[in-house]
Amino acid sequence: MEYSSVSCRVLREHFGINAKENQKVIALAGNPNVGKSTVFNALTGLRQHTGNWPGKTVDNAQGVFTYKNNFFLMVDLPGTYSILARTVEEEIARDFICFGQPDVTIVVLDATSLERNLNLALQVMEITSRVVVCVNLIDEAKKKNISIDYAGLEQELGVPVVPTAARGGIGLEDLKEEVYQVALGFKKVQPRKTRYSPEIEEALAALIPKIQDLGWGQFLNPRWVALRFLEGDEKLIDNIVRHLSLRTGQSMNSEVEIAL
Amino acid sequence: MSNTIIGHNLLSELKREAQKKRLAGENFFADKIVNDIFANAEDIVRKNVVRKDKQINWSQKADNVLTSKITGYPIMLLTLGVILWITISGANVPSAILADVLFRFQDVLTGIFMYLGAPDWLHGVLILGSYRSLAWVVSVMLPPMAIFFPLFTLLEDLGYLPRVSFNLDHIFKKARACGKQSLTMCMGFGCNAAGVISCRIIDSPRERLIAILTNNFVPCNGRFPILIAIGMIFGAGALASHLQSAAVAGIITGMILIGIAVTFIVSWALSRTLLKGETSSMVLELPPYRRPKILAVLYRSFIDRTIFVLRRAVLVALPAGAITWLVSNVYVGEMSILAHTANFLDPVALAIGLDGFILLAFILGLPANEIVFPILIMSYLSSGYMIELDSLADLQILLVSNGWTWLTALCTMLFCVLHWPCATTLLTALKETGSKKWSFLAFLIPTGMAFLVCFIVAQSARLLGLAP
Repeated sequence: MEYSSVSCRVLREHFGINAKENQKVIALAGNPNVGKSTVFNALTGLRQHTGNWPGKTVDNAQGVFTYKNNFFLMVDLPGTYSILARTVEEEIARDFICFGQPDVTIVVLDATSLERNLNLALQVMEITSRVVVCVNLIDEAKKKNISIDYAGLEQELGVPVVPTAARGGIGLEDLKEEVYQVALGFKKVQPRKTRYSPEIEEALAALIPKIQDLGWGQFLNPRWVALRFLEGDEKLIDNIVRHLSLRTGQSMNSEVEIAL
Repeated sequence: MSNTIIGHNLLSELKREAQKKRLAGENFFADKIVNDIFANAEDIVRKNVVRKDKQINWSQKADNVLTSKITGYPIMLLTLGVILWITISGANVPSAILADVLFRFQDVLTGIFMYLGAPDWLHGVLILGSYRSLAWVVSVMLPPMAIFFPLFTLLEDLGYLPRVSFNLDHIFKKARACGKQSLTMCMGFGCNAAGVISCRIIDSPRERLIAILTNNFVPCNGRFPILIAIGMIFGAGALASHLQSAAVAGIITGMILIGIAVTFIVSWALSRTLLKGETSSMVLELPPYRRPKILAVLYRSFIDRTIFVLRRAVLVALPAGAITWLVSNVYVGEMSILAHTANFLDPVALAIGLDGFILLAFILGLPANEIVFPILIMSYLSSGYMIELDSLADLQILLVSNGWTWLTALCTMLFCVLHWPCATTLLTALKETGSKKWSFLAFLIPTGMAFLVCFIVAQSARLLGLAP
């Protein structure tokens, strides 16, 4: 456990994120124009630091907040519709969630168009289980006569769902509480598995055991890796190998050894 | 060490197996995965969200019709046809009035020059050259632009254009290009240089290059009047007058469709040769339908587009008119410089269904396509046929007396849609790609296509004995 926290730090530094020992790292993902920045500002206030992602011309904002005497470092990911890495922004968001191993990833959704927004949440939930879904703009949704069953949504998704109206400061305390619960492992999350068409599921079933043989299992969700293999995302696969070698070679070898 | 090697073996074996499965799935896995994720999201929303939102329902219904696989395409085609029809039938009368006024003023100017006893060459350069091409550009271009641009901006404001892009996405995918390319094409209708700049919205560099290289195949505003004028002269003669506008709109819609078809073909070919690669999916947010702000639309289309394009055309037309007059009136031996050059070009031009003067006009029109037609008319006029040109009927007499047939008209329109981009567009392509090689291709591909298509059309028409 201690070992993995050291390796996490190496990986995060690679993204220009220098979290202190006692800080929990929170990633903030969401579609463009869903009030992600409002949530970010509301939680971190003026304790922010802005710059660029290393080697990219994409803005990067980090901020800190404390809750119940715990320290959190929040990383604002670029606003994207998906994280299938079709654009530089999507690649940054995906790589950070995947390799930066945040303690919690908050996915901000627009309550007035959940259908489109949920797609991002489902994609994030395939990479990491430690997700808190924040349904923002509930005031707008109310105006538009959209009623959402938050408890049902939470049950369906298997991760905490917090309704917020960040502009009016509504629901932000609940959001912090859920983040705290998940980050410190008080609340167990069990994200819903996205169901695919039979031919995809079949191909996944054949690939997953072999991916588990590679020994990436502790670090990455084999199902998600198998999906990327099926898409033929060679760049990501190479990226995984490169990032894994950033951890000390010893652990990689021992994992392969165990697998063999 | 050995462990790592075994790990690598496992990895490459896995890659091979995944590839096999991918090929077995005919490479549609990536698409299917995205679709399945959306299906999951839809399912969750259906269970947990109740919408009583009238506006959303209304726009959803509109989307179902406008982006349906069955009705989507016919509606797009119809919209395009109707816009062109309104443009053509609406532009007719003001065009004639403007021409009448401007050419009458030419007589006044000529009178003043005569009264002052100005030398013939000065009158030629300033009045017969500069002023006349200016009058042509204004009277032929201004009315269609003033109608077409507001209509187009209106569609943009309504939120229809993103739906067009959505409809066309799967054809572009087949060509392994980006669906957003259709938006850059829409921009190209206004101005190809603007279209090339708008290619920045495409994220993948490969797909962006394809969009830049093919943008020229949508006729920009500078080329539209050529199509409209030729279409009116040759397309509508045979029909009853109230059907004429519709027939011309049909012809021009056809020309645009040919340009779009060539866009697909060239994109398809590029992504299998020079720019190999798989297509990337895109997420396109369909914005809500909005009631267009009429005043803002009028302002934007008038100031930003009409006046801007017209200004550029006038600035180019003035010197170009003077130069054309000079080269067509300075004689070397028996013929003017212009006629010499046209004669020189004749063999090539005739092979592709044009004549030397037409090809020369397109070459001289490199700075701006707007002046191609005025140059052409001027070079015909200076070669002996002096006619008072105040109506399209007179124009037809002029063209026919210079040997135009329906094939010349067709090939000129095709050449107009397909030929090289104007200098501004080429410079923009150079700026956007940062590469001389790609900018040269942006010139070479359309040029090649124009010659190829016109050659095939002209030769087959002649072989079949349909035209002399």
